[in-house]
Amino acid sequence: MPFGNTHNNFKLNYKVEDEFPDLSKHNNHMAKILTKELYGKIRDRQTPSGYTLDDVIQTGVDNPGHPFIMTVGCVAGDEESYEVFKELLDPVISDRHGGYKPSDKHKTDLNFENLKGGDDLDPNYVLSSRVRTGRSIKGFTLPPHNSRGERRAIEKLSVEALTSLDGEFKGKYYPLKSMTDAEQEQLISDHFLFDKPVSPLLTCAGMARDWPDGRGIMHNDNKTFLVWVNEEDHLRVISMQPGGNMREVFKRFCVGLQKIEEIFKKHNHGFMWNEHLGYILTCPSNLGTGLRGGVHVKLPKLSTHAKFDEILTRLRLQKRGTGGVDTASVGGVFDISNADRLGSSEVAQVQLVVDGVKLMVEMEKKLEKGEAIDSMIPAQK
Amino acid sequence: MVKDSSTQQLIKRISVNWSQLKMKYSSDQEYPDLSQHNNHMAKVLTPEIYESLRDKETPSGFTVDDVIQTGIDNPGHPFIMTVGCVAGDEETYEVFKELLDPVIEDRHGGYKPSDQHKTDLNPDNLQGGDDLDPDYVLSSRVRTGRSIRGFCLPPHCSRGERRAIENLSLESLDMLDGDLKGKYYALKNMSEEEQQQLIDDHFLFDKPVSPLLLASGMARDWPDGRGIWHNDNKTFLVWVNEEDHLRVISMQKGGNMKEVFNRFCTGLTKIEGLFKERSHEFMWNEHLGYVLTCPSNLGTGLRAGVHVKLPNVSKHDKFGDILKRLRLQKRGTGGVDTAAVGGVFDISNADRLGFSEVELVQMVVDGVNLLVDMEKKLEAGESIDDIIPEQK
Repeated sequence: MPFGNTHNNFKLNYKVEDEFPDLSKHNNHMAKILTKELYGKIRDRQTPSGYTLDDVIQTGVDNPGHPFIMTVGCVAGDEESYEVFKELLDPVISDRHGGYKPSDKHKTDLNFENLKGGDDLDPNYVLSSRVRTGRSIKGFTLPPHNSRGERRAIEKLSVEALTSLDGEFKGKYYPLKSMTDAEQEQLISDHFLFDKPVSPLLTCAGMARDWPDGRGIMHNDNKTFLVWVNEEDHLRVISMQPGGNMREVFKRFCVGLQKIEEIFKKHNHGFMWNEHLGYILTCPSNLGTGLRGGVHVKLPKLSTHAKFDEILTRLRLQKRGTGGVDTASVGGVFDISNADRLGSSEVAQVQLVVDGVKLMVEMEKKLEKGEAIDSMIPAQK
Repeated sequence: MVKDSSTQQLIKRISVNWSQLKMKYSSDQEYPDLSQHNNHMAKVLTPEIYESLRDKETPSGFTVDDVIQTGIDNPGHPFIMTVGCVAGDEETYEVFKELLDPVIEDRHGGYKPSDQHKTDLNPDNLQGGDDLDPDYVLSSRVRTGRSIRGFCLPPHCSRGERRAIENLSLESLDMLDGDLKGKYYALKNMSEEEQQQLIDDHFLFDKPVSPLLLASGMARDWPDGRGIWHNDNKTFLVWVNEEDHLRVISMQKGGNMKEVFNRFCTGLTKIEGLFKERSHEFMWNEHLGYVLTCPSNLGTGLRAGVHVKLPNVSKHDKFGDILKRLRLQKRGTGGVDTAAVGGVFDISNADRLGFSEVELVQMVVDGVNLLVDMEKKLEAGESIDDIIPEQK
């Protein structure tokens, strides 16, 4: 329940053309798909929790486009959004996820042993490795829509589950609202602290409501496993460490995730998942695995090569600045990660990162020596 | 007009799915954490009031959580005591009176639920005001807001409603003539030149950046349905669909507040007539006066002010006290969220409700005249102790 428009009882008194948003300046997936006719057809529906079409699209109406990335422009408020508004979301999903069809099935593979190699990315180039995903807890609505009571219940469940982890996952939960200054400083230095969203992509979808109530961070004592509670998704799970041992990062990721899932299942709250969309998350771009496996890697020469972007496309990778999705790169260091989320498994996506980054580091070394890389340009994966 | 006896008819028990969802949680589980908060809503809201109101909605579907969201998301403001709640429609003030009456009382100097508000837009009733010293008073301005009955307010209105408000406003403003004759500039169709001109004239309003407004949903669908109308002389200006349906502004350089107020009243009265010709009236009742989005603007919705040079008075240790006694408030020259620059202050009436328009502008005229006299005395090295006013 973000803002009033979305549950305004009078809006159906106005004709479709009077309510249809002006998307003439817009460039996001929602704006490409939504027509007046489609809007007219589904505008009077709501999910069982009361989420409406206007809720789904508000962020895309308010944010016409982004300079670096093609934004999605719509969000889910609950699991049922993907069903009730499928006439809009199926084409958005297809457009965003490389032609993924309503009849397609998604494969989940969190068996880290299926990953080949990945333990030896050159640490002279690969500064750090990280894998993240999101999870939504069945039976609750999602961050754009949930009430304070729901959010707190999610937090409570999450804290119980996370603080019962042991071994390398043993750690502590820090609620945002009762953090001490010292704790806050430490979490910032560790690059763990997430802040109240400032991105209008998130604030316009209502995800920052009631901040910082119900939000927090859990991390293990080793600072290699981290869970964000109630930020853009119910849970964001992150495994990370300096250097190039992606294999170790991915192993910890898979093991930790599975432990967490077991505990939630015991409380009768499994994760939202289905065989068509995989893991259900707030943003349609994160459906499937919700996985972004990436490295911070030094590619000052390769990144200025004319074929850099094409190489990334062929490797099914994407680049970001080291500040995250909304940023530009600094000093030739790039965040390189998998571009896909839906239609391929976790193992397959991390494999693409491992193989692709290895290749790019070799290209970088060649360019350093003044050699050509033309013979190494890969085929489209 | 909303009457007490039909309040019960207005209060619908929640039937819409999404609010039923919240009702699965106890009131305590849903009650916001206001421990870090300092705004009127946080001072007034209790778990008991929340429990009593949380299953209610107005006919258009506005709920107590909608009312208070901005106050939860914005714990406090460095310069001003914020209200922390908004109305989504005219009925909000009835359906949620248990919360809003005490907020109104707290904000508007003890205004009681039984009090009547007086409207006086007859500029002839203003005494003086045509001769504030232009060496000190750089500009004079009067603004108010108006809501059009039958539509939801900016936190809650749909795109269809907002566009209907814009169309009605366009049609009406287009009929103004004489020195009020002017033109409408829709925000979304503005050319580069038009935009630059409006910026140079200090007329252009921007998409809200204040989290106070963003958190209540007033920036949705920007810039759809928003625009600025101004007369050819650039002394009369109407904002459409910003924080209120209409914001009406009369302004000019110098100290002739009387002329500014004259134009303000004449223009407003004409606009009201034009809306009535189209079967639309302004939201008004005899208890709250003009009904606006923010409870702080109820009554007259009027802020009359000047930009005035008071470098000496403003440093006097009784400055804050003098302003209070004169029932005036200071702001920076950038508006409500800003600080003063170079000794130039925006001085305006502090009250909105419980006093008429004429009375409020009179306070500004008389108070600014006095402040300028004080400034001159201090410049001359004289004391101002004997001209400190009584509490008005």
